Amino acid sequence: MEISAALLLELGVIFTVLTVLGTAARRFALSPIPLYLVAGLALGEGGLAPIPAANEFVEAGATIGVVLLLLTLGLEFSISEFAGSLRRHLPSAWVDVALNATPGAIAGWLLGLNGVGILALAGVTYISSSGVIARLLDDLDRLGNRESPAVLSVLVLEDFAMAAYLPLLAVLAAGGSLLNALLGVAIAMTALTAAFVTSYRWGHHLGRLLAHPDDEQLMLRILGLTLTVAALAEFIHASAAVGAFLVGLTLTGETADRARQVLTPLRDLFAAVFFVAIGLSVAPSSLVPMLPAALVLALVTTATKIWTGQFAARRDGVARRGQWRAGTALVARGEFSLVIIGLVGVSSAAIGAVATPYVFILAVLGPVLARFADRS
Amino acid sequence: MDVTETTLPGVGLRYEFDLAQGDRLGVVARRGGDFEVVLYSENDPDRARPVFRLIEEEAEALAQILGAPRIAERYADLTREVPGLSAGQVDVAPKSPYAERPLGDTKARTRTGASIVAIVRDEQVLASPGPEEVLRAGDVLVVIGTDDGIAGVQDIVAQG
Repeated sequence: MEISAALLLELGVIFTVLTVLGTAARRFALSPIPLYLVAGLALGEGGLAPIPAANEFVEAGATIGVVLLLLTLGLEFSISEFAGSLRRHLPSAWVDVALNATPGAIAGWLLGLNGVGILALAGVTYISSSGVIARLLDDLDRLGNRESPAVLSVLVLEDFAMAAYLPLLAVLAAGGSLLNALLGVAIAMTALTAAFVTSYRWGHHLGRLLAHPDDEQLMLRILGLTLTVAALAEFIHASAAVGAFLVGLTLTGETADRARQVLTPLRDLFAAVFFVAIGLSVAPSSLVPMLPAALVLALVTTATKIWTGQFAARRDGVARRGQWRAGTALVARGEFSLVIIGLVGVSSAAIGAVATPYVFILAVLGPVLARFADRS
Repeated sequence: MDVTETTLPGVGLRYEFDLAQGDRLGVVARRGGDFEVVLYSENDPDRARPVFRLIEEEAEALAQILGAPRIAERYADLTREVPGLSAGQVDVAPKSPYAERPLGDTKARTRTGASIVAIVRDEQVLASPGPEEVLRAGDVLVVIGTDDGIAGVQDIVAQG
């Protein structure tokens, strides 16, 4: 085996930079995601430091990062919580789609993107970052607040909507026809239902099949299953991300708890690589003309997310200040907007140029606004 | 008492109830096993003020402190309906001749007529223990019987 010193050095430098940036972000109680994006932008061709040796690893790592992000999302998911959220907050979910996907779609149309681009940008502005927001609620000691169930319910329903949206986008981005895309969605929804039924009736069997007292064994088994299912899903154009989400859904109970523990550090590592890869894929020079558009879009969708949160909190009988807190908490966009950018990155370069700074702005602005709402 | 249970999707459950002294108490039970105890102030009932956080072991210790006497109390409620019957607690001291011996060896039921209906051990409650159940120092036995019977069990466990 030949050891590439260049690869090790480049990765070492990348991770060192990321940890410095991450520490800085945490000090101000911000999400490190926007800084990872900037790190990606600064690297690569046209940036400060090209990374010829690590490029391949970053690309492969980014794919695994997406799979792990969706797998852990599926692991967090529970059917009863989803059903409860659906019962209570279905109108909030409609308001959420109508208010937040529309500005993205209009912006995409105004910027002259193609159909896929418009659909992608609508998704980018729609989906809040459940990772950033869940952490934010915890950091700000808000879990006991009356508006928090409304916020978390909106997030759960958004995450679930992704399961239908991602395969649609994946097939269209790969150049398939609308019919193909709908077929992809149909397959994904069937698989989703099957996964729900499986987890409900036989989840503990699957858990027992995968369970092993040894952490290493458990991790290898879950990764083996997840990557295989993700590959199959990708093969039928239903998106690897959705495949991974399905595996996460089917695992329940103790196995899911332990899987979360074992996989979290791995997910954090590869998700960081994924964020860097998104930054890498955007040429810094293409960003500048898109900045004003990204800024306007960010401001508009900040307002629409705040209204969404206020609407959802009002349904739970929360008073004015709580509604405001719920609204500002939902503003942050993050990992899933980036997953969407990654998905269409190849077929529509323009979307990366507008959506990357957009996510950057809101991943910073969201937590700041939420913190500010606490003071007032 | 009215305890409101709310699901916090992705986080866990939240329980709330009103305290006699006026505040409203909330307990957030997280999936990982940690707990957060919060209080709701009167001027903004939507905003929780964090009181303290407990990791899993701490929560278990607290539950044991709050819970053990309540188990005997619950049996006391039960026995109130039958005149002459009462419930009591008997500690198994480290010096007890029956520590590390099966419950059946005490022959408590035959000798006193009182029944040992539960063993409280650390954080768990063993309901209806069988005669083969080995007693340990620190166990608390929940006994139901006449007052004399309970006193009898106390003597047996303490002195044999």
